[in-house]
Amino acid sequence: MTDTVRKRPRLAVFKFASCDGCQLSLLDCEDELLAVADAVQIAYFPEASSRMEPGPYDVTLVEGSITTPHDAHRIQEVRRISRTIVTIGACATAGGIQSLKNWANHEDYLRCVYARPEFISTLATSTPIADHIKVDFELRGCPVNRHQLLEVLGALVNGRRPRLPSHSVCLDCKRKGTVCVEVAQGIPCLGPVTHSGCGAICPSYDRGCYGCFGPAAQCNCESLTNQYLDSGTNIETLLPLLRNFNAAAPEFREASNRLEETAQERGNKR
Amino acid sequence: MQSPLFLARVQLDHLIRTLAEDGYQVVGPTVDQEAIVYDEISSAADLPVGWTDIQEPGKYRLQRRDDEAYFGYVVGPHSWKKYLFPPVTLVASADRTAAGWQLSTPETEPPRYAFLGVRACELAAIRIQDRVFLEGPFIDPTYQRRRAAAFVVAVNCTQAAATCFCTSMNTGPRCTAEFDLALTEIADGFLLEVGSNAGQGIAARLGTQRATAEQLEQGCAARQQAVDQIRKQMDTTGIRDLLMNNLRDPQWEEVAKRCLSCTNCTLVCPTCFCSSVAEVPDMTGDHVDRERRWDSCFNIDFSYMNGSPARNSIQSRYRQWMTHKLATWQDQFGSSGCVGCGRCITWCPVGIDLTEEVAAMRKSVETMANSSTVVSPGQEERES
Ligand code: SF4
Ligand code: SF4
Ligand code: SF4
Repeated sequence: MTDTVRKRPRLAVFKFASCDGCQLSLLDCEDELLAVADAVQIAYFPEASSRMEPGPYDVTLVEGSITTPHDAHRIQEVRRISRTIVTIGACATAGGIQSLKNWANHEDYLRCVYARPEFISTLATSTPIADHIKVDFELRGCPVNRHQLLEVLGALVNGRRPRLPSHSVCLDCKRKGTVCVEVAQGIPCLGPVTHSGCGAICPSYDRGCYGCFGPAAQCNCESLTNQYLDSGTNIETLLPLLRNFNAAAPEFREASNRLEETAQERGNKR
Repeated sequence: MQSPLFLARVQLDHLIRTLAEDGYQVVGPTVDQEAIVYDEISSAADLPVGWTDIQEPGKYRLQRRDDEAYFGYVVGPHSWKKYLFPPVTLVASADRTAAGWQLSTPETEPPRYAFLGVRACELAAIRIQDRVFLEGPFIDPTYQRRRAAAFVVAVNCTQAAATCFCTSMNTGPRCTAEFDLALTEIADGFLLEVGSNAGQGIAARLGTQRATAEQLEQGCAARQQAVDQIRKQMDTTGIRDLLMNNLRDPQWEEVAKRCLSCTNCTLVCPTCFCSSVAEVPDMTGDHVDRERRWDSCFNIDFSYMNGSPARNSIQSRYRQWMTHKLATWQDQFGSSGCVGCGRCITWCPVGIDLTEEVAAMRKSVETMANSSTVVSPGQEERES
């Protein structure tokens, strides 16, 4: 860095209900890690360093969703000591895979899983961070794309707007020259309604996109699912496509609920 | 143009080798990812020998032929624009130095491509992109250098897909000009036409014979077969006014219910030329690359201005695409922006067919005119 007197922003990383994969993406930035460490002062990142400095922090990365009363309280505290909050990953931005409990009775789960469920204090739902506090940036993905993570950090450090395109995965497929698996092979693909960010990985390995990055801007899930149903894909295949890491993202949630209704209507007709 | 020559089947390899000897990177159709794409080829065996494609709105399938034809299919998901107007281009770089920002442009020799298997609609598409990139007030240097260096071996279609409508757009299926060499595949080889001095230079080095009357006859029949197979039509009568005078027609809403705004149609289209340029800095902010990437009017970010997207609905984006392609392109570049290749129809995940959308618009406009709820011209706007 040429400007050694530039004050380095203090970075914190907080974890809520999640698998750690997203924060590990930061440690995964091998080649760029030194540049990151140069650009920011890592003040609180338990996964990476046992030195934990108190707030306030300039940039706070939040991973994970809110699933317990304790976390619902803790996130307020994180907001209080953070200037800019960036939520990272599907859990933090949409509720994550654990939001499948939003469709079930969580008490049943507790009884199934824990020998002494009375010791467990949990909420009935898994919700994204933005449902609880004001969030400055959301970084999608399960896990986040490390290039995008670096882009956001770089932008915040250098005082510019992060470049995070909100178009469909299809645009990335086409730029790469990947042949559409939906059109050429009839593989149901969520790419047309899914937010860019992964670099269109799945279609380049002959599989359909399953929506890790959540809904693209103004996505038309209804048209896409209708098309798949009309061309013979069954609901049992489509439902888990929409109901996984971003199940509780509003557009995917509505689409999967609609599919279920369709299934019920069809069942009633039979 | 001299009378056609005959190139024996086994000599196709010779053509490819001769082009390579002259320093061309030969690119042509080949089977990959369950489709016929364009990629580098080094021999005739790399071509999709004995394959064909079955196409319909939203669907493409490869299928075995019962012969060993080299060119027994039509156009696929790729187009030659990926070579002339690459999906991602480094335009310039900048480095922060003690003396200030140091700008540099990449000094690269343009690749010399020989395109093998360019169809008539694709020749027309290249011609359209020439007008866009070379004949306006601004010349695109990347395109210019690649285009000037390229050698074109056209192929006359001998069959058509259900999505082809070049006859409606007057672009094919016969290749009439704008090529160096043109082939028509017949039983034992190819009719070879020479279209330029460069083409003549290559043809002279191949073992060709003068085509016999019978071979010429076979060529005519093969080309006629393509014409006969074309079923799809687009009525282009008064199409500019049809679209531009009915920007508030309810039909736009109908198509927007189905359109995903996924961008596929524009990116497979051989004439669509939109791109966006972005500065991509590294973590230190001391090195910045300026990149140009394919972009699309269906991308919501593409019309982002002053804090919000100007085309903030699927309806307005679809309308922008169709009215530009078929109407305002005429004002801007003096021709339609569509060559009738059918790619946007095949590669639309929900099978939206622009020929049917034009027909639906005609019908809707007629219905509106006959009903009492007609929108007066004064109420029409260019953007909603
Ligand atoms: S493979 Fe999927 S993401 Fe890629 S273009 Fe096709 S539908 Fe879009
Ligand atoms: S017309 Fe089809 S390919 Fe084009 S943006 Fe709409 S859904 Fe995608
Ligand atoms: S608009 Fe469609 S049919 Fe016309 S040239 Fe483009 S891709 Fe081909």
